[in-house]
Amino acid sequence: MLHRLTISELTARIMRGDCSAREATQACLDQIKRVDEGVKAFLSYDATDALNQADAADRLLASGVSSQEKPLLGVPVALKDVIAHKGQPLNCASKILGNFISPYDATVVNRLKDAGAVVFGRLNMDEFAMGSSTENSAFFTTLNPWDPTRISGGSSGGCAAAVAAHEAFATVGSDTGGSIRQPAALCGCVGVKPTYGRVSRYGLTAFASSLDQIGPFTKDVSDAALMTRVLSGYDPRDSTSMNEPVPNYQAGFNHDLRGLRIGLPREYMIGGLDPQVDAAVRKAVAQIQSLGAEIVEVSLPHTEYAAATYYIIAPAEASANLARFDGIRYGARVEGADPFELNSRTRGQGFGDEVKRRIILGTYVLSSGYYDAYYIRAQKVRTLIRNDFLKAYETVDAILTPTTPTPAFKVGAKSDDPLQMYLCDVFTISCNLAGICGLSLPCGFTGTPKLPIGLQILGKPFGELTLFRIAQAYEQSTPWHRELSPVA
Amino acid sequence: MEYEAVIGLETHVQLKTHSKMWCGCANIFGSDPNTNVCPVCLGMPGVLPVANAEALKLTVLTGYLLNCEIPPFAKFDRKNYFYPDSAKNYQVTQYDRPSTAKGWVEFEFDGPGSVDGMSRVRITRAHLEEDVGKSTHFDRHSGVDFNRAGVPLLEIVSEPDLNGPEMTYAYLKALTDILRRGGISDCDLEKGMLRCDVNVSVRPKGATQLGSKIEIKNMNTFSGVRRALEYEIPRQIEAVRRGESLRQETRRWDEVAGITETMRSKEDAHDYRYLPEPDLMPFVPTEPWLEEVRGRLVELPLARKRRFMGEYLLPSGDAEVFRDHLELGAFFERAAAGYKNPKAIANLVINNLQAHLVESGFSVTELKMTPAAVRELVELVESGKISSKIAQEVFREMATSGEPPAAIIDRKGWLQVSDISAIEALCQAAIEANSSSSADFRAGKVAALNFLKGQVMKVSKGKANPSLVGEILERKLRE
Repeated sequence: MLHRLTISELTARIMRGDCSAREATQACLDQIKRVDEGVKAFLSYDATDALNQADAADRLLASGVSSQEKPLLGVPVALKDVIAHKGQPLNCASKILGNFISPYDATVVNRLKDAGAVVFGRLNMDEFAMGSSTENSAFFTTLNPWDPTRISGGSSGGCAAAVAAHEAFATVGSDTGGSIRQPAALCGCVGVKPTYGRVSRYGLTAFASSLDQIGPFTKDVSDAALMTRVLSGYDPRDSTSMNEPVPNYQAGFNHDLRGLRIGLPREYMIGGLDPQVDAAVRKAVAQIQSLGAEIVEVSLPHTEYAAATYYIIAPAEASANLARFDGIRYGARVEGADPFELNSRTRGQGFGDEVKRRIILGTYVLSSGYYDAYYIRAQKVRTLIRNDFLKAYETVDAILTPTTPTPAFKVGAKSDDPLQMYLCDVFTISCNLAGICGLSLPCGFTGTPKLPIGLQILGKPFGELTLFRIAQAYEQSTPWHRELSPVA
Repeated sequence: MEYEAVIGLETHVQLKTHSKMWCGCANIFGSDPNTNVCPVCLGMPGVLPVANAEALKLTVLTGYLLNCEIPPFAKFDRKNYFYPDSAKNYQVTQYDRPSTAKGWVEFEFDGPGSVDGMSRVRITRAHLEEDVGKSTHFDRHSGVDFNRAGVPLLEIVSEPDLNGPEMTYAYLKALTDILRRGGISDCDLEKGMLRCDVNVSVRPKGATQLGSKIEIKNMNTFSGVRRALEYEIPRQIEAVRRGESLRQETRRWDEVAGITETMRSKEDAHDYRYLPEPDLMPFVPTEPWLEEVRGRLVELPLARKRRFMGEYLLPSGDAEVFRDHLELGAFFERAAAGYKNPKAIANLVINNLQAHLVESGFSVTELKMTPAAVRELVELVESGKISSKIAQEVFREMATSGEPPAAIIDRKGWLQVSDISAIEALCQAAIEANSSSSADFRAGKVAALNFLKGQVMKVSKGKANPSLVGEILERKLRE
């Protein structure tokens, strides 16, 4: 039952010598073997490499290295297929990368390895992180460990499902408009989107560069705080990463929330919210209030423009970011009579529909004559959205919202309707546009079927410390994080 | 009707940095294909650019050298287009907020609009961007070398202030002289460090409205630019004369055929879909940073020439030697500082010293003689202590031994004889020994005097003061 432990439980055992890193890694590999055929979280994994890393961790342990020095020593952590891991496949769940093997490590991979983690596996996602269900993966759809007829969310669905299925102790994904928080909510785990600039994006295949941020999926808030600390920090390779100190987030834990003011945005209590989600979130708010926090209403007046703004800025950046996938230097290639034909054939056959849709959208909004009306306008609205949050944070320390309007939906339910799919992100995208931090954690379950419900906490820029404090206090006063998915 | 050409230039030069614009790969020419590459300059998934600090400095330094304004805020943009030699299929460039703007270049060119032989071309902007890879086409396939991809490139855009092939050539020469002197770029044409796009239109002479702009792409030699314009301007004028209306288009210069040909019309122009580069922060230079860049300003060729002419009263030919040969100029300045007749020193430096450098293969710093010694030598000649002929000998000695001139003269006993009675005796002897020459002179053959003078100098072993010898001989012969 090793695989069911949290990171802090596992680390304690490893440090006590009750189990080895190899045993922990083997437990994950065994669990993957046992359940992943039904979950389909992993696109691939290199068991030999994982066990070699585990053996190396065990040698470090034997030489006296402790979890003080290496907080993830021997802890298996899996990666979304959008993060470069040297010597491992990097496909972004797309056909266009062919049999591409990354020649370099992302900065977060270096950080995980420096912290002692066993970094392994390629987790499924929507192609190039575009989607909310992994149904846009070129390979297969990841299923929800709580109900295999339902989606796991997306785009980092593989990350969330792998944690919920206890196939890894933590996973690392990316969030451009909710791609960490939404699947975390739907799979019942903790997911963090750090402040823009908190975690280096070097090695993260870019979807929308000004919105993308890497973050962890974990089984509880304490693990999330630890993982966020390991991943965070200035990186000279990423000009947009910020040179802000990284606090020990776990040291900020406090079950007493007195003195904190927490906002409920008027604009988020919308119609269309699933009644069970609505009820669970209201109960969570009351619980947080009972822990001492003062709850006040706040207004984020430009919320209704967030989706429109997002679907201009993100595709615009994506249209440029994805231009490099041309079949010339690496990845799949479909030959043509000249480079232009080669390019269009490669991209025509290599990209899936949603990726093409967004490239076309992005190309359109950047076109001469439309740029001012769409892109420039969207950037202005984006500033207004950010200002909404900054103004709200003058009076509150954090903001509470549902993470998603509904629990996990059935596979195929929205796959033919991109607009419905886009609305899955209605509560999460503002956070990326504003560049602030956000976190989702379980706040209850629906009746039948039993599906997780997520509570989103949004924090100030570089306000992760407060975010984790609220989340941990809430989590420890509720039973939700102890619930195990049926496949666990 | 008479027509005139209106020409503007976009000049791309590779910056002289150790590494590339966004990564640590070497910025060097001539390596084996795809050996100076990394995930960043190959556009691998997930990589990010980090701006080369030295390239930013060189860009702003160029701004100062070209009399530009340095805006307080600059940023990078993505220019989107597909081409196999582009690793990301967008070029990162400063589109609407460049690092420098509104400057000018002054250069020596006499033509319409010039004042005292000086012309001025306004610089719209000099902005920083990146180079692309290089395609090579083989029989059945093509290859791309990405060694050049991501090399920092400066695009210097001029206003349409040029009026013909010669002026354009002179501008390019002046511009590249400035860039080389400033350490911005080696502008080595052989190594493809400079490429030009030319915008040219024609209009009736004196008209203010511009004709249809025609862009000629991708010329990489000065003479190519000149020849392209020599072809293109008459082509346009003839077309207009025939009553054709020229349409805005991009043309290609065919170096071999010596013609320009249509590449694409305005309708087919790329839509580059610029967007701000989200992976890079805007560039906001601080005052200390700008101060540091200004600390690297150097004297530009034209200013240097003018200074040598003004400060040392040298003719333009001499000043140009020192304009182009920095070390020689510095040597001259040390020798000539405060000296009453700098031209005499310039003569020695330009004639003797330069020849010695060529002969010996020495650089100026390897010279055995000091500037003070050269000045002393000139002083000895000018004060009549040695003849200029002896000075040549002394110079040769100085060059090989490094001994000061006074010591050489002393050791060799070369001090010029200015003792009139001694010279009188030598002159008398020469007249007597060469009676026919004496007779010739008296008969009116002035040249005979030089022969006699030579005889006296020979007997004195070059030490007799030649002007005294001349005077005395002439007096004696006329007696």
